[in-house]
Amino acid sequence: MTTTEVTPEPRTAKPVTQLGDRIFAGSAKGAGILILIVLAGVAAFLLTEAFPAIVAPTEDLPGEQNLLLYIWPLLFGTLLSAVIALFVATPLAVCVALFISHYAPRRIAQGLGYLVDLLAAVPSIVYGLWGVGVLAPASVGLMTWLNTYLGWIPLFAGPVSATGRTMLVTGLVLAVMILPIITAVAREVFLQAPRLHEEAALALGATRWEMIKMAVLPFGRSGLISGAMLGLGRALGETMAVAIVLSVSGVVTFNLVSSGNPSSIAANIALQFPEASGLGVNVLIASGLVLFVVTLAVNMLARYIVNRRSEFSGAN
Amino acid sequence: MPTGTEHNETDILGPELDLPATPDLVPRAQGKLPRWAPWAILAASAVVVGGILATVGFSIGLWVVLTVVLFALATYTTSRVVEGPRKATDRLVTVVVGSAFAIAMIPLISVLWTVVSNGVARFDAAFFTNSMRGVVGEGGGAYHAILGTLIITGLAALMSIPIGMLTAVYLVEYGKGRLSRAITFFVDVMTGIPSIVAGLFAYALFALVVGPGVRMGFAGAVALTVLMIPIVVRSTEEMLKIVPNELREASYALGVPKWKTILKIVIPTTAGGIATGITLAIARVIGETAPLLIAVGITTGVNLNPFDDRMATLPVFAYYSYVSPGIPREPFLDRAWTAALVLMVIVMLLNIIARIISRAFAPKTR
Repeated sequence: MTTTEVTPEPRTAKPVTQLGDRIFAGSAKGAGILILIVLAGVAAFLLTEAFPAIVAPTEDLPGEQNLLLYIWPLLFGTLLSAVIALFVATPLAVCVALFISHYAPRRIAQGLGYLVDLLAAVPSIVYGLWGVGVLAPASVGLMTWLNTYLGWIPLFAGPVSATGRTMLVTGLVLAVMILPIITAVAREVFLQAPRLHEEAALALGATRWEMIKMAVLPFGRSGLISGAMLGLGRALGETMAVAIVLSVSGVVTFNLVSSGNPSSIAANIALQFPEASGLGVNVLIASGLVLFVVTLAVNMLARYIVNRRSEFSGAN
Repeated sequence: MPTGTEHNETDILGPELDLPATPDLVPRAQGKLPRWAPWAILAASAVVVGGILATVGFSIGLWVVLTVVLFALATYTTSRVVEGPRKATDRLVTVVVGSAFAIAMIPLISVLWTVVSNGVARFDAAFFTNSMRGVVGEGGGAYHAILGTLIITGLAALMSIPIGMLTAVYLVEYGKGRLSRAITFFVDVMTGIPSIVAGLFAYALFALVVGPGVRMGFAGAVALTVLMIPIVVRSTEEMLKIVPNELREASYALGVPKWKTILKIVIPTTAGGIATGITLAIARVIGETAPLLIAVGITTGVNLNPFDDRMATLPVFAYYSYVSPGIPREPFLDRAWTAALVLMVIVMLLNIIARIISRAFAPKTR
């Protein structure tokens, strides 16, 4: 960048524009446009590489399996594991966020927030190793109990896996991974709840829980929903934890405690890709395209809810 | 624990309001549990549950869980009898919220403990100085993988920091209208791209350029860049927005052109915050496994050229050591855990550095 030290003319009324200005503004704008191009490129390249698998006749595909029939169990497994994670993590995250924002003493609240953020800093491969090495063996007892006493529910029909590498454990590991994301969003919106409303509720004699129920939760509802959806998007795309923990057989089943489970799209790609060749690669990329579309839809919906909320924020 | 008084800060009460300050003066319909009551109930529950479990078979986990359940029930009942249903619900929720936080801390402690205790066995000099070339059993290390991780993450940072920062500058300082709204929206969307899809994108891109079956470090760097850009944009944008407009206006008033104002006034003012955001972004992507598995692969020897052939990286090294160990298994599993430990240490260090930077450069508040 060339600096041109021109003393501005005193008579110019409009802002000074220099060569440096134009270069800088142009490159800033260019970087922004580049991001749009990259995102379009992600979609375009995935489409290009997935296309051969989409148009190929069924006989040519690996396993001579219809592409949709191949992807469907994977999509099912992806959604199932993510939904379990969401069901476990959301209530927990709401409680943790409330604890940090309204229950813990002010002085240590921020420190506790850092602790939860640390959960987000752990790499996913570490969660995978932890899930298969610690959580899976530890939860065999719990799953046996569920199967014995709640076995009439199809979810816990069994037979119980001896290794603990089940859909339930995978969902729990994913829940741990998305917990900090949902907690962070929930904490933000709870802290933004109008202070005067809270104080008014307390002044009228409400207990702390009544105050939270009346002043904090209604205010934070849409923020919570979008936080949960961001977590869902993360859980849908999580690869390594599922790839390491889940024992896969490719069946479509709601049975959460047995050793036969559908894989997830992301985990299947990670497991198959290193050995795949020819059309197999294209099939995997086509499944990745499906995952891309699903997560894109979830995230756009979440952002839509957030943006709609921001118009109301501050409105009392 | 006295409820309902902590949030009554006196500063909102006008001086002419002469309200009773102590809760004891407020008339109460019902009695009040003494401060020590919850602790007494907790201790009693622990003893009772421990006694029952001692007869049927003791296990720490079951003891803790049942104690908390009994504690919640006993607190609710006692409080309901003494203080009435509203206070009782409040106490019950307090117990639930508190134990939820405790539950959330269990995995964190467990993960840290597992990784440290398993990983410390091979946390030695050989691990940091040897590669895996020609190693079949014991020994060997992750020298090649550590170098690979540093090279690929460094390349990703080199590409994403300028693009991300310039985009943030555009959004805050220049952008208005449809383009800036589109960029904001799609940066948000990009935050949600699954890491494996980013890896597939990098593979698809280089497969079209170089040919199918391509594996190279640079492709991994491109995948990480896709993941890192939105984080950099977001954090930089937040920081630039904090800079007060008066600073910009003062600079313009002195006749400084806009680009120089941004470079010399706006960015230096918030440099600490931007550096924090970038450090956290690096910490986020340095542990990514899936895209590197797809686009870079794994190798046993040192490869310092990111444009040629496979490279080893720490996360992928840990993954392959764990899922496809050789014989005997133990040395491979030990190396996997140590690689995970090294990765966590790096990520934690980056997080601590980020906190230090943000502390040191925090905007001075008068």
